[in-house]
Amino acid sequence: MPSSTARSCATVSGRHIDELYTEESVSSLDYARDLADPGQFPYTRGIHPTGYRGKLWTMRQFAGFGTPEDTNERYKQLLQAGGTGLSVAFDLPTLMGRDPDHDLARGEVGKCGVNVTSLADMEMLFDGIDLGTITTSMTINSPASMIFAMYLVVAEQHGADWRTLSGTIQNDILKEFIAQKEFIYPPRASMRLITDVFAFCAERVPKWNTISVSGYHIREAGATAAQELAFTLRDGIEYVQYGVDAGLDVDAFAPRISFFFNSHSDFFEEIAKFRAARRIWARVMRDRFGARSPRSWQLRFHAQTAGVSLTAQQPYNNVVRTALQAMAAVLGGTQSLHTNALDEALALPTAEAARLALRTQQIIAHETGVTDVVDPFGGSYFVERLTSDLEAEALEYFRTIDAMGGMVEAIERGFPQREIAESAYRFQQAVEARERVIVGVNEFITEDEPPVGILYIDESAGEKQLAKLDALRGRRNNVQVRHALDRLRTGATGTDNTMPLLLDAVRAYATIGEMCDALRDVWGEYVEEAVI
Amino acid sequence: MPTIRVVIAKPGLDGHDRGAKVIARALRDAGMEVIYTGLRQTPEQIVAAALQEDAGVIGLSILSGAHMHICPRIMELLRERGMDDVMVVVGGIIPDVDIPKLNAIGITGIFLPGTPMQAIVEFITRHARDRAALPESSGANR
Repeated sequence: MPSSTARSCATVSGRHIDELYTEESVSSLDYARDLADPGQFPYTRGIHPTGYRGKLWTMRQFAGFGTPEDTNERYKQLLQAGGTGLSVAFDLPTLMGRDPDHDLARGEVGKCGVNVTSLADMEMLFDGIDLGTITTSMTINSPASMIFAMYLVVAEQHGADWRTLSGTIQNDILKEFIAQKEFIYPPRASMRLITDVFAFCAERVPKWNTISVSGYHIREAGATAAQELAFTLRDGIEYVQYGVDAGLDVDAFAPRISFFFNSHSDFFEEIAKFRAARRIWARVMRDRFGARSPRSWQLRFHAQTAGVSLTAQQPYNNVVRTALQAMAAVLGGTQSLHTNALDEALALPTAEAARLALRTQQIIAHETGVTDVVDPFGGSYFVERLTSDLEAEALEYFRTIDAMGGMVEAIERGFPQREIAESAYRFQQAVEARERVIVGVNEFITEDEPPVGILYIDESAGEKQLAKLDALRGRRNNVQVRHALDRLRTGATGTDNTMPLLLDAVRAYATIGEMCDALRDVWGEYVEEAVI
Repeated sequence: MPTIRVVIAKPGLDGHDRGAKVIARALRDAGMEVIYTGLRQTPEQIVAAALQEDAGVIGLSILSGAHMHICPRIMELLRERGMDDVMVVVGGIIPDVDIPKLNAIGITGIFLPGTPMQAIVEFITRHARDRAALPESSGANR
């Protein structure tokens, strides 16, 4: 049995960790070249010279369930409690572009998020919330253009100017193929929808974040920190390349690309990951794409604590896990943060659990003092070495993926999918062997814990949304809808930008299922090869 | 002893397949024959796969909250097709209040987050072998 002083240590990603890091560990590091002051290329230490003294991160709690009426009420509660931005969680039928009356939507309406079938639902979702002043993030991917079009029309109804409107659509289809698997169309058609949004926004909605390139789901699916970093940034490269190939000027659209990372349990590795992400992106944008605007070089990101780390056992332990993970995101310089609620291994959060999650961020922001200094771990032998090691591993993956022809090609070959599944299985084996302790699950187990009250979503949301859909189809001008959908099909067959066509369909109250079906008619559906 | 044949399925619209894939590999490593259906399978497709593959066990991975819609339909189809001897187990996020309801319709094992893979392997091994003798055994496992 090795003594505790001689034991071998590894991060949650399986990375070997030395007992001590010294000057030698960072001997190849050059301050001006590799770190630089905050606000200076390559932004390892942060994109803002003043860090959180200038502006705190946005406390953006992801929320959505049931009907738009249910979720509207939750948003008003979160804003009342001091939330500073909104983040919409849609249900699976919406995410998959299916109306509530579709066979595959039965039993799923309003369960994992809010159901939004048409413009009428979007109007209700933001009823009494001024879209001219609030920023909204929407976690929507395959049907991102359709949901964005609905949001734009509601903003217009509120009197907001599209030119100053700000917010984010996730719009990241590559990580769907890689990890979360909520895809509709094949990869190349999906990429077309995304470059259409880039072009449309560059001209009409210039402050909108057109994509949130996401590592969150890649990590949740089992990736290591290095894989999350590598696949996410390589996805980012793919989007920029497709935009450039579509004839766009890189500096016209790249500044609106944002990122979304997981903030997992391994404290220092996560801080290093965020720092490495900024350095890699700055260099890629300047050197690989020749971007000239510093705003193209600066990686901005949202972070969410690790849902996969939450346990159903002893759920109050999750408050502590989340606080520590949130701290890592803040010390890594996140622009925006979601903290998970203690009951999320069991259900969508109750209002009380959601409030406690927000309070966790507020305590970090206002009571701990960590916001007073920019990049407080800059210069730490350990964190700097981890930052460099993670960067090197990511660049190695870039070379592999470049050699395959790009990320779309790598996905078509199942490369990132296999790498992630392998890591997920390895992690689970380590847990089973108790090489890795999960408090309350494989160690420190409590028998007969009292259950916590959870949010239970029944079938009533589904019934209400079905009734509303019926009423909508009776009320709207169905000839106008049909014409708008026909024009959408024609446009998709050619090279017209799909956004104006979707806006017309949305204004006619075409449903998400109808718009997505029109494009299914043209592009077909993607079927993943099932491999284990 | 004949090899245990298991169909692992992801019903519904959800695409989060980490759990399904990890369990599929663990069962395979334990010597079972595992058929993974892939994503977005309807109850009809899952039952058809079990029939075609001559599987004694169906393992469903459901995280979306749609289990009270999906599970009764699968049990109904199995009954209709005379496949009552197929054991059905579910893994995923299942609220406590639904566990007795799922047991009542004949779902033999319910595995909640944090269940060790080894516990699932042992449960399936034991019950698949004993099933003829103990057709009504049931239980929830954390």
